[in-house]
Amino acid sequence: MSTLPPAVLGLVAGVGMLLFVIGLVTYVTLLERKFAARMQSRIGPYRVGWHGILQPIADALKLMMKEDIVPRDADRRVFNLAPVVFLVPCLLIFATIPFAPGLGVADLNIGILFFLAVSSMEIVGLFMAGWSSNNKYALISAMRAVNQIISYDLPFLLAALIPVILTGSLRLSDIAVAQDGLWFIAYPVLGQLGFLAFVVASVAAENRVPFDILEAESELVAGFRVEYSGMKFALIQLGEYAHVMGTSFLGALLFLGAWAGPGPEWLGPVWFLLKALAMFLLITWIRWSFIRIRVDQILQISWKLLLPLTMLLVIATSIVVVWRHTPGV
Amino acid sequence: MSSEHGPLVIKQLDYTGAERLTMNMGPQHPSAHGVFRAILTLEGETVVGVDAVIGYLHRCHEKLAETLAYVQYPSIASKTDYVAAMSSELAYVMAAERLAKIDVPKRAQYLRVLVGELQRVASHCLWLGTWCMDMGGALGGGATVFLYCIRERELVLDLFESLTGARLLYGFHQVGGVRYDMPEHWATECRSTVDLIEKRLLEYEEMLEGNAFFMMRTKGVGVISRELALDVGISGPLLRASGVNCDLRRLAPYSSYEDFEFRVPVETSGDCYARYKVRMVEFRESIKIVRQILDGLPEGPISSRPGVKAVAQVRVPKGEMYARVEGPRGEVGCYLVGDGGPRPYRMKWRGASFSNLAVLPHIIPGHSVADVVAIMGSVDPVFGEVDR
Repeated sequence: MSTLPPAVLGLVAGVGMLLFVIGLVTYVTLLERKFAARMQSRIGPYRVGWHGILQPIADALKLMMKEDIVPRDADRRVFNLAPVVFLVPCLLIFATIPFAPGLGVADLNIGILFFLAVSSMEIVGLFMAGWSSNNKYALISAMRAVNQIISYDLPFLLAALIPVILTGSLRLSDIAVAQDGLWFIAYPVLGQLGFLAFVVASVAAENRVPFDILEAESELVAGFRVEYSGMKFALIQLGEYAHVMGTSFLGALLFLGAWAGPGPEWLGPVWFLLKALAMFLLITWIRWSFIRIRVDQILQISWKLLLPLTMLLVIATSIVVVWRHTPGV
Repeated sequence: MSSEHGPLVIKQLDYTGAERLTMNMGPQHPSAHGVFRAILTLEGETVVGVDAVIGYLHRCHEKLAETLAYVQYPSIASKTDYVAAMSSELAYVMAAERLAKIDVPKRAQYLRVLVGELQRVASHCLWLGTWCMDMGGALGGGATVFLYCIRERELVLDLFESLTGARLLYGFHQVGGVRYDMPEHWATECRSTVDLIEKRLLEYEEMLEGNAFFMMRTKGVGVISRELALDVGISGPLLRASGVNCDLRRLAPYSSYEDFEFRVPVETSGDCYARYKVRMVEFRESIKIVRQILDGLPEGPISSRPGVKAVAQVRVPKGEMYARVEGPRGEVGCYLVGDGGPRPYRMKWRGASFSNLAVLPHIIPGHSVADVVAIMGSVDPVFGEVDR
């Protein structure tokens, strides 16, 4: 292995990661559908394969065969480009996540910064889609999207900063290693409040109920993707779920101790995956039990509650860290 | 329209200079509750004007009634408000009975109340589900509430199926009484069903009222003042949520409603939450009435004209009559003009949803787009009854 040039190694790792993410995200949709069905006293997908195990594949095939419609008055180039611009950041966030010590595409020394910067890039694709569709529902949705991303990226970032301050490093693998003895969610007060703020902000950043005002299908039909069909719709859907999964992995890494768990070391990635799925199910649980709130209420929650709370938490964390590391106190 | 405090004008917000956008909501829209079209004028997210367009579901019900004999139309009457078919059937047969001075046996009257109240439970189940779906989305918690409510509604429809053979449009009422008597064991099934629904209601209330987001979305939203409610002529739960104690079952008892004990819930705040509160109490009061009937159902014939089939069996003299019942959505009225023949000369429906819908242009301006669907859902329109 060591004889291969690093570029080839990186390429292999990247393609491997991409395939893993796409496979995972496809099956996560089935998990969500089954979970939601159980919540609603239904059965969920059951016909395609054993307990509907082939349903995601059937869905993907169906979407591929759908007619690809571009509205006559849409801005064609922007319209066609938007799903890709939306999808790429959603997949890129997986690049910095280490699945086990040394198992990842790129363990950057500014990993978390990269993650946060790239994940907020998806708004560009989203706005392009809403703007170019030449549809009023899509336009309103795009405007709401910008509103929401601006208000929720800040608390999201601040909540993610708490583990960073506790660790003293921006490298994701360092944060994971630092939780060897104590997961950050178990850190007194700061950990729990930080986790809570992280979950709320990530639900908003992922545009899921109760913060799904972009999609809001009872008001805006399907929001920014109302005009998309076929493969382009599939790409947007894939990007959305990839984003949710990526954020779940980040949450599991920042607060739930990443790959730490009982058993031999090679079980690490499995533990990490299970924790990320638990995060995903938590968000799904929220999604299927709450109703959507209004735009102005979403902004109020962000600016008047979440932002001050996370700021206080960051300050408190800094004070705790400084106090504990100052000799003689 | 005018009243003692001046003419009633539709609220128009002043032009602030911001760019306005006209958006079509419906007739095909996920929250259109059928086929309702609202042309919204928006300033950003705020609705400054709304133009309601109805008529997409018009089926010439009133003209149809002129071509059908008194014994034929009741089964068509159920198709006006297809979510609460029992109440519109009852309005029609009551108008014909009063005009022709036909007696209805006590047992038939009680059975009419029984199905009417079960229908109210089923209708309110559908309202709660669809309303939450409007606010929460088909891909969120709203869909969860919707599916729970539909599950309970199915139980009531099962009861109706074993009683009449139909699940949605029954043809249960006929001039002079009702068509079917309770089958064996039906009363026991009915009792256990309402017991179950009463228990599940607690779960819904816990799920919704314990949810801060639900309260934020409904409290203070879409306030109908007492004056506006009286001026526009809304009825049913909407009117009672605006502080007017008006329930036809109490005000002008029909079909032996005076025999039963029940409470008429009244809320004064007039917002979406008040309408929710009123309907949640009505659920329980209906269940209470159902239990009273099952306990004290008198023996006897179920119709004074058993098995009416021939047109000649119902002779209605020349004259006119208006009969009204308290449906799940409010006052359902039927106005009949007879000319002595086997068919009415003229028939007119007063649909509760139609009159209730008229309040929308008065309360929507000033709210955001998200509130429009919440308000519309809380009004609970059924477009079969609006357009007829």
